[in-house]
Amino acid sequence: MADTGSARAQILGGIRKALNSAEGSEEARQRLATHPRNLIPARAQRPHDEQVELFAAMATEVSATVELLGGMEDVPGAVADYLAGLNLPAELRVAPDAALDAIPWDRRPTLTVTKGRARDSDGASLTGAFAGVAETGTLMLLSGAERPTTLNFLPDTHIVVLKRGQIVGTMEDAWDRLRAAGGEGGANGALPRTVNFITGPSRTGDIEMRIELGAHGPRRLHILLVED
Amino acid sequence: MQPTTHAFPENARKALSDERLQKVLAIAPAGFVNRRKQAADRLPEFEDLRDQGRDLKNHVLANLDTYLEAFEGKVTEQGGHVHWCRTDQEARDAILGICRKVGAKTVTKGKSMISEEIGINDYLEANGLTPIETDLGEYIIQLRREPPSHIIAPAFHLSKADVEGTFRQAHTDLPADRVLDEPKVLIAEARQVLRRKFQQADVGITGANIMVAETGSTVIVTNEGNGDLTQILPRVHVVIATIDKVVPTLEDAALVLRLLARSATGQEASAYTTFSTGPRRPGDLDGPEEFHVVLLDNGRSALLGTEFQDVLRCIRCGACMNHCPVYGSVGGHAYGWVYPGPIGSVMQPALLGVKEAGHLPNASTFCGRCEAVCPMRIPLPKMMRHWREKEFEQNLQPAAMRRGLALWGWFARRPALYHAATRMAVRALGMLGRGTGRFARLPLAQGWTRHRDMPAPEGRTFQQMWAEKKAAEKKGTR
Repeated sequence: MADTGSARAQILGGIRKALNSAEGSEEARQRLATHPRNLIPARAQRPHDEQVELFAAMATEVSATVELLGGMEDVPGAVADYLAGLNLPAELRVAPDAALDAIPWDRRPTLTVTKGRARDSDGASLTGAFAGVAETGTLMLLSGAERPTTLNFLPDTHIVVLKRGQIVGTMEDAWDRLRAAGGEGGANGALPRTVNFITGPSRTGDIEMRIELGAHGPRRLHILLVED
Repeated sequence: MQPTTHAFPENARKALSDERLQKVLAIAPAGFVNRRKQAADRLPEFEDLRDQGRDLKNHVLANLDTYLEAFEGKVTEQGGHVHWCRTDQEARDAILGICRKVGAKTVTKGKSMISEEIGINDYLEANGLTPIETDLGEYIIQLRREPPSHIIAPAFHLSKADVEGTFRQAHTDLPADRVLDEPKVLIAEARQVLRRKFQQADVGITGANIMVAETGSTVIVTNEGNGDLTQILPRVHVVIATIDKVVPTLEDAALVLRLLARSATGQEASAYTTFSTGPRRPGDLDGPEEFHVVLLDNGRSALLGTEFQDVLRCIRCGACMNHCPVYGSVGGHAYGWVYPGPIGSVMQPALLGVKEAGHLPNASTFCGRCEAVCPMRIPLPKMMRHWREKEFEQNLQPAAMRRGLALWGWFARRPALYHAATRMAVRALGMLGRGTGRFARLPLAQGWTRHRDMPAPEGRTFQQMWAEKKAAEKKGTR
């Protein structure tokens, strides 16, 4: 590793020489500590009810589907009907997330529900979310022992349960919530291993610039927006 | 990849007579241009955000050492590893070393221009590994053994029929009589084939659009989801990124993200923006067990403090090439290496040397559209001019051009003589061209007249008309 050490010293030394900086900068350390906000577009700075509307409109624009539910008890029926409406098997892989424990799956015994990380054979998954970002209709999902990331990418259909109160205006608001929650990740309030911002289903324009859904990730993203 | 940038004139001529390519170029860039405009118009703060993006990156470059050290500290704190590499060779060896250490055979790859810059695929292959590109466009051109022709749309130069042919040749285990006539079907086939590769892979390599010093996170921005499968399924995640990609905080990442997708594809946000921090945590059910960041310089730090420093603000959105009339005429391959378009015309002389890449800064109309749309407001035309000066200093231009410029320079330094000479030339040309009003052929100007007529000058020189206008104005105000 001696070689790496000298590469590091040379790169940093070269930068310091070019910048005329010997000791690093206090201004930079301040910025890291205080993480000031930059310009925030006006679009998402509005009352919460309107943020919810904006979230749904923006998510729909990028080909996600949004369904409003009165409570967690409505989730099993909504999922079963959604899958049936698409002629998909009534099988669901669910994140072993304590936040989803309130869903009474036994109300729809025809729906086969298993929990864990995604397997190759899983056609549909259901996860929670940490936040919804109104500005762009984006979902924010965190990895963790109860929240395997594979559920967000491997199945063809991804269903996300989002509480109304989880919707915030901007990505900056979402970061603040995460900081307030102590990061939910590793040591010292670190971020979780993976933070996914998801805006609509997977897509590609790589063949003749025509946008097609379902390139490698989910073909369908269905958001169940649940009253608090 | 062996650069053919020195052969730009021949490459460009070939591209101009390539009918298939011209058909693609007639449509595709306009799509990007329109979508970017719609996205920019929809966000009233877009121009102010560009100013802030420029200022942010300037701040980062002025404090680059502090932010890189902070980034490294956070990666290490979370159990990841940072490999500092001065050159492309060091980066290739670092990646190969990681692969060897875990006994890797198959390596999946997310889209990364830096991986093209260091030629990692050829190197891994030469050392007995199997690298597999998983971005659809990159996968297609890897099968065809072609370089990308656009930094965000690598298979931009191909038609769906080309892709069909490529898939039929490569996927020989699928029925030969299958129908492959629509993009939808082609995409489904690639998805199915690549799913198996994702599962086989021992190491996944992605690039990084952003590195966040505050948290030690690397960020990828994608639409397909391949970059995510590349990093969460294998045991090891390797990120390859250059030092200029660091930003201070999560808030600063948000600023860059607001500019990136809009400038690149005209999206409000890309489908997937993923922040990766260290390896999987205790108890996690998936995610990589090892996290490595190969942090590459490869000539970037040498640009600090020079007239080219501003180019390090680039976030690789591709807007400059989408709006460039030269790129729009010759496409990406003519540029002969990794980075095409205006950003390539500035980066490639820096990375390959003026001798190899000196043609590129000359292949510009200086229309300024690239600078007008650059989210980071990089003065690309000015930098191309700087490269032309370097080329001149190094005596790299043809003798006739140098002599011509020297002669012009001699006149230009003697304004009275210059005005007299141009007056005479204009009058003489005006008289000679009286019949048709233009010239089909002119001595010393065949480069122009071979492709179009030269209009004959009418009346007086610009300088004369300007002087008269000024004089008239003066009279008017009196």
